[in-house]
Amino acid sequence: MKMKKTLFDKVWDAHVVDSIPNGPQILYIDKHLIHEVTSPQAFNELKKRNIPIFRPKQIIATADHNTPTVDQHLPVKDELSRNQLQQLQQNCDEHNIQLYALGHQYNGIVHVMAPELGITQPGMTMVCGDSHTSTHGAFGAIAFGIGTSQVAQVFASQSLLLKKPKKMRITVNGNLQNNVLPKDVILYIISKLGTDSGTEHFIEFAGDVFENMSMEGRMTVCNMSIEMGARGGMIAPDETTFAYVAGRKFAPKGADFDKKVAYWKTLKTDASAEFDTEYTFDASDITPMITFGTNPGMGIPLTENIPSENDANLEKSLQYMNFEKGTSLIGQQVNYVFIGSCTNSRIEDFRVAANYVEGKQKAPNINAWLVPGSQLVVQQIKEEGLDKIFEAAGFKLRQPGCSACLAMNDDKIPDGEYCVSTSNRNFEGRQGQGSRTLLASPLVAAATAIAGKIVAINTPVLEEA
Amino acid sequence: MSTFNTFTSTAFPLAVENIDTDQIIPARFLKATSRDGFGENLFRDWRYHKDGSLNADFVLNQQQYSGSILVAGHNFGCGSSREHAAWALKDFGFNVIISSFFADIFKGNALNNHVLPIQVTPAFLAKLLVAIQENPNTEIEVNLEAQTVAFGKEKASFDINPYKKMCLQKGYDDIDFLVSNLSKIKAFEQQHIY
Ligand code: SF4
Repeated sequence: MKMKKTLFDKVWDAHVVDSIPNGPQILYIDKHLIHEVTSPQAFNELKKRNIPIFRPKQIIATADHNTPTVDQHLPVKDELSRNQLQQLQQNCDEHNIQLYALGHQYNGIVHVMAPELGITQPGMTMVCGDSHTSTHGAFGAIAFGIGTSQVAQVFASQSLLLKKPKKMRITVNGNLQNNVLPKDVILYIISKLGTDSGTEHFIEFAGDVFENMSMEGRMTVCNMSIEMGARGGMIAPDETTFAYVAGRKFAPKGADFDKKVAYWKTLKTDASAEFDTEYTFDASDITPMITFGTNPGMGIPLTENIPSENDANLEKSLQYMNFEKGTSLIGQQVNYVFIGSCTNSRIEDFRVAANYVEGKQKAPNINAWLVPGSQLVVQQIKEEGLDKIFEAAGFKLRQPGCSACLAMNDDKIPDGEYCVSTSNRNFEGRQGQGSRTLLASPLVAAATAIAGKIVAINTPVLEEA
Repeated sequence: MSTFNTFTSTAFPLAVENIDTDQIIPARFLKATSRDGFGENLFRDWRYHKDGSLNADFVLNQQQYSGSILVAGHNFGCGSSREHAAWALKDFGFNVIISSFFADIFKGNALNNHVLPIQVTPAFLAKLLVAIQENPNTEIEVNLEAQTVAFGKEKASFDINPYKKMCLQKGYDDIDFLVSNLSKIKAFEQQHIY
């Protein structure tokens, strides 16, 4: 009898070049994404050792981490940022690597740009010197973040030396409640399991909730699997996936596409395949979420109180956030709202936000930064007229990039200020020195921007007459 | 790259859990294009107050502590994959990090820079932290060959992938190995679907 395999096994095993007895395996990498911050040292390393880039055609570069989100047509002001961007350009030119530089029609955050161009496809292995590479797992790809030494290894050999991770399945069945978005689902899971629960594992997300989710939603979920400490997350490819990939710039075309789809359809976990770890949740238990602390696992339902147990880590976090144990966040004044990052800067996220703010006005105390994930998202926002809705409500769209997600450019939340953010990390100082981040969905972020404070968005349950 | 096998050193005790790589090296210091000099900004926002003055309460600033070993709380190195965190620790002078748990990507990055992450039990870690706090001159002995870490009368063994162990002992790295396998990789490409 054939060994029962999981989705992860099937993709992994199809990429093993060789196994070293008693050691790691050589895993072949199909697509290597690079950006300006984690690639320069890798290029230098190869140069130093006089090793050529092995497969430049399988590398795609974008500029995103360091780029300004206003006046992108002007030279970048910050000298160090400009230098990193110039080095990326030089390195890509020198090695014939496709670069979507600042201002290019395909420029954007690496994990937004690659899926929408059809670079990301089911069954692939993909890496990037960026932990949120896990995003691409939404397509049934094995995608994970690597360090700069590994970027150099992939440059040199299009392969990595790795030990096969363990397998975890997280199943969520049932129907999601009103106003519960993919972001809430993943924040809920992390709050239940903790930020180290996924360590050494690759996660498969399974069940009705993910099957019914759009590709954008699946990307949001897989994006944050790294916040559980997992190497990555993935979802079996299905008709939703194939329909999304079809017709995109780098997607296979015609007969080639049909052949690929036939293969992609085999990428499902076999019925009795085994996982090292399994968790199951009920969709109806999930409500809109928000984080109160300084790691993404410190999340609560929007309308519940901050925990009140005696725990040194909790206390340290609350001290940084200037919150009290056992209190509610509802009514908390917030002066900054950020809708963006590779977690929530796709068209769907802006549709949700636009739908909520339509006909309303931004609260005067709010500084709202709406940062689309890519130039193509900007274009789509305009085509759908969402920009007009935002403008009428008092919001201004910025230009694409990582922006306040990690505050490497000028988009920094000031010291001590609160920001309701659709990004993925609420670490101390993540959005600027002293900044205080509350992670939430684009809907909660939009509602905060209108109210000027945190408000409940749960539609009240109708009393039976 | 340097090689190492056994050595003895005092250590810095940093009893904080879930230390993420944004704390180890904040994003605003990631704009360099070389690997050098990151030690200066290691734990920047914990080492210095916002006005730039030294935070005397932070362990790296306390004169009584010294050495090339960092002993840190559970889930060290979580968050961003930035290898700059490993570079900063190494540049500052750390060869070994001891914790009860390491985040995956950080562990790989550390090993790739010949910084040894040693995972011990929470009980061993707790005893070690107390020992250093009570006596900053506590010497810790690391033996990579035997895969043991010891101080006073306490001793624990630790796991390391045999391949990674060999790399550390001989000063090899993965690039050399992969490049020596290019013919196998090319043969694989011939039959690969993508
Ligand atoms: S948006 Fe944030 S998390 Fe995503 S790639 Fe950019 S910096 Fe990383």
